[in-house]
Amino acid sequence: MTDSQHSRGVTALLLVPAGVFFFFLLILPMAVVLVFSFGDRADTGGYAPAFTFDNYLNLPARSKAFVNTLTLAPLGTLLTALFAYPMAYFLAVKVSPQWRVTMLVLVMAPFWTSQLLRYYAWIMILGAKGIPNWLSMIGITDVRLINTPWAVLIGAVYGFLPLMVPPIYVSLEKLDKRLLEASADLGATPWKSFLQVTLPLSLPGVATGSMLVFILLMGDYILPQFLGGGKVYFIGNALVDLFLQSRNWPFGAAVSVALVIIMFVTIFFYMRFVLGKSGQRRVALV
Amino acid sequence: MRYYAALIYFFLYAPIALIVGFSFNSGRYAMDWQGFSLAWYGKAFSNPLIVKALGTSITIAGSTAFLSAIIGTLTALGLERVTGKLRHLFDAFLYIAIMVPGIVIGISTLIAFVTLFNIVNPYLMAAWNWKIEMGVWTVVAAHVLFNIAVVCLLVRARLTGMDRSLVEASEDLYATPFGTFRQVVLPLLTPSILAGFLLAFTFSFEDFIIAFFVAGPNVTLPIYVFSSIRRGVTPEINAVGTVVLLTSLVLLAVAQAILQRSNRTLKTSKTVPQA
Repeated sequence: MTDSQHSRGVTALLLVPAGVFFFFLLILPMAVVLVFSFGDRADTGGYAPAFTFDNYLNLPARSKAFVNTLTLAPLGTLLTALFAYPMAYFLAVKVSPQWRVTMLVLVMAPFWTSQLLRYYAWIMILGAKGIPNWLSMIGITDVRLINTPWAVLIGAVYGFLPLMVPPIYVSLEKLDKRLLEASADLGATPWKSFLQVTLPLSLPGVATGSMLVFILLMGDYILPQFLGGGKVYFIGNALVDLFLQSRNWPFGAAVSVALVIIMFVTIFFYMRFVLGKSGQRRVALV
Repeated sequence: MRYYAALIYFFLYAPIALIVGFSFNSGRYAMDWQGFSLAWYGKAFSNPLIVKALGTSITIAGSTAFLSAIIGTLTALGLERVTGKLRHLFDAFLYIAIMVPGIVIGISTLIAFVTLFNIVNPYLMAAWNWKIEMGVWTVVAAHVLFNIAVVCLLVRARLTGMDRSLVEASEDLYATPFGTFRQVVLPLLTPSILAGFLLAFTFSFEDFIIAFFVAGPNVTLPIYVFSSIRRGVTPEINAVGTVVLLTSLVLLAVAQAILQRSNRTLKTSKTVPQA
C-alpha cells in the first residue's frame, strides 16, 4: 500500500461515521418524507404507497397554521431585530472592550438553556395570576394576554433576542470608526452619521440575525403551544398533530415539505441579496 | 442607552429568576406566594416518575455527548485532509444539521426509524421472535446527528487556529503521524473537545421536540415537564426547572471558561517563538 493510499484510507475512516449519520438520519429521511408526501394514508394511520398530489391540494385545510406562521414569524423577527439593535449597538460601541465579551455572553446564555422552561415562565407571567392580575390591582381589568397573538410575539422577542444580538454586534464592532470621523468632519450630525454610515454598514448583521431567527421561529412548536395555547398555532403544531396524534403521515409529510421549501427560499434570498453584495463572501460560499 | 441595556438584561433574566423564586414557594400554586419552603424539592425528587425521567435524560445526554465528541472530532480531523467537493458536501451537511429546526429533525428521524423497523422487523421476528423499537437509543441517534456538527465546528475552529510549525517540528523529530497526533495535536484539541462534550450534553439534556418524536414510550425529563405543564403550573415543576436551568447554566459557563482559557494559551504559545 502506498503512502497516499494509506492516507486516503485514514481520511475515509475519519469521515465515515459522520457520513453514515448524515446520510441515514438526515438526507435519506428527507427523501423519504418527499416520497411520503405523494402517498396515501393507510387505514391504520401511517403511510400507504401511492402517487397522488392530494396531500398538496389538501394543504389549505391547514391554512390557518400557515397564515399564523407566515404573519407572526416575520412580525416576531422584525420586533426582535428592533429590540436587539440598540442592545447590540450599546455592547459594540458604548461598552469598554474588556467587558464586551462577558456582557455579550450574558445576552446569549439564556438561548442555550431550556426553551421549554423559559416559555413556561411566561405562562406564569402572562397567565391570569401574572400581569393581568397586577393590572387589575390598579383598576385595569379584563386584560387577556395568554393564548393571544401578542403573547406569541412577546415570547418570540424573549426567545430569540439572544440569537439576534450577536450578528448585529459583530457587524457593528468591526465597523471602521474612521468612517464616522470622516462623516463628522464633513459636517454630519451624529444622528445623520448613524443613518447614513452605521446603519447601512450593519444591515448584513441584521439580515443574518433575522434569517436565523425567522427560520427557527417558523419551525417552533413550544412557543405557540405554550403561549398561543392551541388558539394561535403554527405549522409546528400542525405537524405534531399530524404525525403523533391523527397519524396522517402523508399529509404531514406534505406540510413539512412546504415548511422546508419556505425555509430554503428564505436562505436563498438571504444568500442572493445579502451575501451577494459583498464579493468576497460570494467567493467563499460558492 | 445604559438603562435600555439594563432593561434588556432584566427582560432576559427575570423570567428565569421567577422560576427559581417560586420553586421555594410553600403554597400549592405557582405565582401565589405563601412563604419560603424547600418542600417542593423534596416532593419532586421523591416522585418516582421524575427520578426515572431524570435517569433517562442523563443516560441519553451522557451517551450523546460521548458519541458526538468522538465522531465530531474525527469529522473535524477528516475534513482537514480533504478539499473540493467532498468538503463542500460535508460543510453543507454540518450547516443543515445545525440550522434545520428540531421539529424537522424529529420528523425525519422518526420516519427513518419507522421505515427501517418496517423493513427489518419481519426478519427479526422470523429469526429470533424479537423486534427493534423506539427507545433511548433512537433519541441518542437523533441527538448525535446535530451534536456532531456542534463538536465539529468547535474543533475545526481550534484546528485552524493551531500553529502548524508544532506539527512540522514533531515530524522533523521523527515522530510517526500517530505519535504527532497523540502527543501534539490531541492535547491542543482537548479543550475544544471537552467544551463540545459539555455543550452536546446540555443540548441533549434540554431537548424536548426531537425526543417527543422518537422516544417511543420513554419519558425524558423535558417530556415529563411538558406534560405536567399541560396539566397546570405547580411549584414542583419550578423545583425541577430550577435544577435543570442551573445545571445547564453551570455547564455552559464551564464550557465557555475552557474555551476562553484555551484561546489564551493558544495565543501565548504562538508568541513564544517570536520572543
